[in-house]
Amino acid sequence: MGTDLLRVEELSVTFGTEGGVAQVLDQVSLSLQLGEIMGLVGESGCGKTTLARAILGVLPANATIRQGRIIFGGEDLLALTPEEAGSRIRGRAMTFVPQDPVGSFSPLFTIGDQIAELMRWKSPDREADTRAYSRSRRRSDLARTLAMLRAVQLPDPPQLLRRYPHELSGGQRQRVMIAMALLPEPKLVIADEPTTALDVTIQAQILKLLRTLATESGASVLFTTHDLGTAWEICDRITVMYAGQEAETAGVAPFFERPAHPYTRLLLDSLPTGRTSLQGIPGSVPSPFAPPPGCRFNPRCPRATGVCAEVHPAEAEIGPGHAIRCHHPLLAAS
Amino acid sequence: MARRLVWVPPTLFGLLLLVFTVSHIIPADPARVIAGENAPAEQVEALRQRFGLDRPLPEQFLRYAMDVATGSLGVSLYTQRPVLDDLLARLPATFELALYAILISILAGVPLGVVAALRRNGWIDQVIRVVTVTGLAIAAFWLAILLQLLFSMKLDLLPVQGRSAGWGPEPITGFYTIDALLRGDFETLGDSLRYLALPTLTLAIPATATIVRFTRAGVLNVMSSNAVFYQAAMGIPRTVVIWKYILRSALIGTLTQIGLVFGNLLAGAVVVETVFAWPGLGLFAYNSILQSDYNAIMGFTLFTGAVFIGVNLLVDIAQSLLDPRDR
Amino acid sequence: MKTLRRILRDRALVAGLVIISLLVLAAVFAGTLATFPGDVTGFDPGARLEPPGPVYYLGTDRMGADLYSRLLFGARLTIMVAVLATAVAVLIGVPMGLVAGYHRGWFSDLLMRVSDVFLAIPQIVLAIAIAQTLGPAIQNVILALSATYWPFWARLVYAETRSQRNETYVEAAVAMGASPFRVMVLHILPNIASSIIVRTTIGMGGTILAAAALGFLGLGAPPPAPEWGRMIAESREYLPQAWWYATAPGIAILLVVIGFNLLGDGLRDVLDPRIRRGADGN
Repeated sequence: MGTDLLRVEELSVTFGTEGGVAQVLDQVSLSLQLGEIMGLVGESGCGKTTLARAILGVLPANATIRQGRIIFGGEDLLALTPEEAGSRIRGRAMTFVPQDPVGSFSPLFTIGDQIAELMRWKSPDREADTRAYSRSRRRSDLARTLAMLRAVQLPDPPQLLRRYPHELSGGQRQRVMIAMALLPEPKLVIADEPTTALDVTIQAQILKLLRTLATESGASVLFTTHDLGTAWEICDRITVMYAGQEAETAGVAPFFERPAHPYTRLLLDSLPTGRTSLQGIPGSVPSPFAPPPGCRFNPRCPRATGVCAEVHPAEAEIGPGHAIRCHHPLLAAS
Repeated sequence: MARRLVWVPPTLFGLLLLVFTVSHIIPADPARVIAGENAPAEQVEALRQRFGLDRPLPEQFLRYAMDVATGSLGVSLYTQRPVLDDLLARLPATFELALYAILISILAGVPLGVVAALRRNGWIDQVIRVVTVTGLAIAAFWLAILLQLLFSMKLDLLPVQGRSAGWGPEPITGFYTIDALLRGDFETLGDSLRYLALPTLTLAIPATATIVRFTRAGVLNVMSSNAVFYQAAMGIPRTVVIWKYILRSALIGTLTQIGLVFGNLLAGAVVVETVFAWPGLGLFAYNSILQSDYNAIMGFTLFTGAVFIGVNLLVDIAQSLLDPRDR
Repeated sequence: MKTLRRILRDRALVAGLVIISLLVLAAVFAGTLATFPGDVTGFDPGARLEPPGPVYYLGTDRMGADLYSRLLFGARLTIMVAVLATAVAVLIGVPMGLVAGYHRGWFSDLLMRVSDVFLAIPQIVLAIAIAQTLGPAIQNVILALSATYWPFWARLVYAETRSQRNETYVEAAVAMGASPFRVMVLHILPNIASSIIVRTTIGMGGTILAAAALGFLGLGAPPPAPEWGRMIAESREYLPQAWWYATAPGIAILLVVIGFNLLGDGLRDVLDPRIRRGADGN
């Protein structure tokens, strides 16, 4: 517990929409260690992106945080004002890699301009609260930038800085994004489906790159994905979510070999690996406007009993670093 | 860029063809239309001979095209002067009006649009929305008369009609304000500005409404973009995001509207110049209508169309220079 | 039902509907609502330029005719011109845009070039040329306006058809053997219908302003037709004393155009949430 870099405690978030109040996150807990790479896995609508944004502090205006804490580096991020969170936390100890490398750049400025803007405010050499951007710091920031662009394996960094975003390929843009996420020397990089928009052929490359660089710098990575294969590639631990609740957290090996949550089990069973027929999970994901009480998977769970529909299970530890929320786990608690 | 330039000649040719169709093909008897309803038969016949209106159509068109190519838009039946000369002489007056109207509409419209977007659905946004809806719904000629009624006739603050009290300044550019300034003649400058005030305001109000609307939509678009989200996620200060990124996108978007706004200004100029007796292209058109001066009206149509095409081309070029994606 | 509730919740839309309904009622019942129905053609020199009062609600004009009554009958003209001019433009422009957008080749290109030429000139300028050529009459106003308006529709529908053409449902329809006509009319057209409806409504406002401008310039229906734009032109001589003469028709035009604009904006919000926050306005 004491070495946790990030700890999310019983976070609940709702969205106010025209169709009613959507319960997007329900008492979600999560913990992330220093230097660890964690994958946040789940189907569309399970709340993983919302969780990532809540941690970053960039939830949309119609979102309300009902309860919970987000402890990062010892302080509760939810107790900060948005301005404080923006200037002190985001872009410094916590950075972001977006899903959409195309639209995340401004089309009107060169790559170099945009990185320079970031470095101006978030360079590790920056003394807090000064708006001045001294010439010496500019030079050292430029050196850092070029070095980082080389580290993400982009050719001819000086030339690249003069290009516009639309002149780069998707893979190149994402490499720049990774570089930008690592330049401020963060402790935590939050990546929201970083390879979903890329060609399958380069997805693996980018993922491995991210992993290598993060490990080298000692940063932790929390990245969301709907693809278990991606998670298996580079994660140390995996958390799977369902309908706004977290189901199971485990190291990669135990997750795939000895899953404890019925949903995880069914999810793994549905993977099309050398099978002759596809096996799905019967039923469908509940609507966030009227979620089932208790454990939200209970209507589809083969092991569900009465208590499942009444009480949301508390987090229980099954093994070291292996946590689960279930009344009837497949493995016994230790 | 080359593509834009390539389309200009065919469009101009098409314009020529269009005006020719309206003036020579649509009327049952073009000669009579030109001569006027009350002209005696011999005069109509003489006109027909003189302008070759009894020749086959392709030959007529060729003749027409050759005339225009050599710079002749016909002779005004009313002033007896070449139409082109009249139009060129009056162009600066209309341009001066349009220029100031566009300047005002941008200087007022862009900030209002940005504020309305940043404080979306707040009270200031609602007020701005009401004002723009009204501004876009008001007939330019009526607005002109209202302003004239209020500020000139009732309050006697500004002149009723005209462009200057006496003669304008010695022409250099044809723009009274610029010429007066260049000659250091501040009295004439002040005079010109007083006469400019109401016509410019009349044209500027609908133009501002258009620009406010488009700027607001453009800023809202940028604000919900992934780029702005990314910057927020990385903690770039909000003021920087707004000033540097959102505004620049909004301004470029506004530029694309200038062509549309200018078209509306030209259209509005016809009636506004009429109300204020402003000696520009619009008043020329109105007088020509009154006199049934057919040559003049057709010349005006062709000329104004060409001017509009030219201005749009300039705007396109400016846009391609400013937006990196176009280069 | 849900749509109806959404319609009623949008205040601007309701306001627009109310205004337009009043306009239509005024036009239809002009005969009974007018205090001096004869004043469409008749006049009374003894009552020239009377200010608004209990007898002449909005005053009288230079011929002594009651402005209120003439405005009511003018509503008929306004509606007729707006509806006919827009209808003709839409009925010509939409099919053209559909055909040009669906097919490829020289015809499509030619059509778009022609539209571009029309659109390369401000509408009113070309409308003046056409109206002057044809002579002052209400049908010529309608002709001039629709002739200068149809290219806008052709361009719009062309662009939308082009983008819809690549959608899977079109591919599916073609694969099932639907003729081009069927695909265009039964498949593509319904998908772009809401956009057309919204823009038609907003376009009515612009058409009314253009018609009023032509009337102001003397190119509209000749006197004694109670055309609102012409009435304002007539009033100029008698300002500033007869202020009501210019004010009343102007307010009528303003209210009607606002009505159509509000209605159009509201319809857009209700019918097509996709472009609700789009680049077209709000």
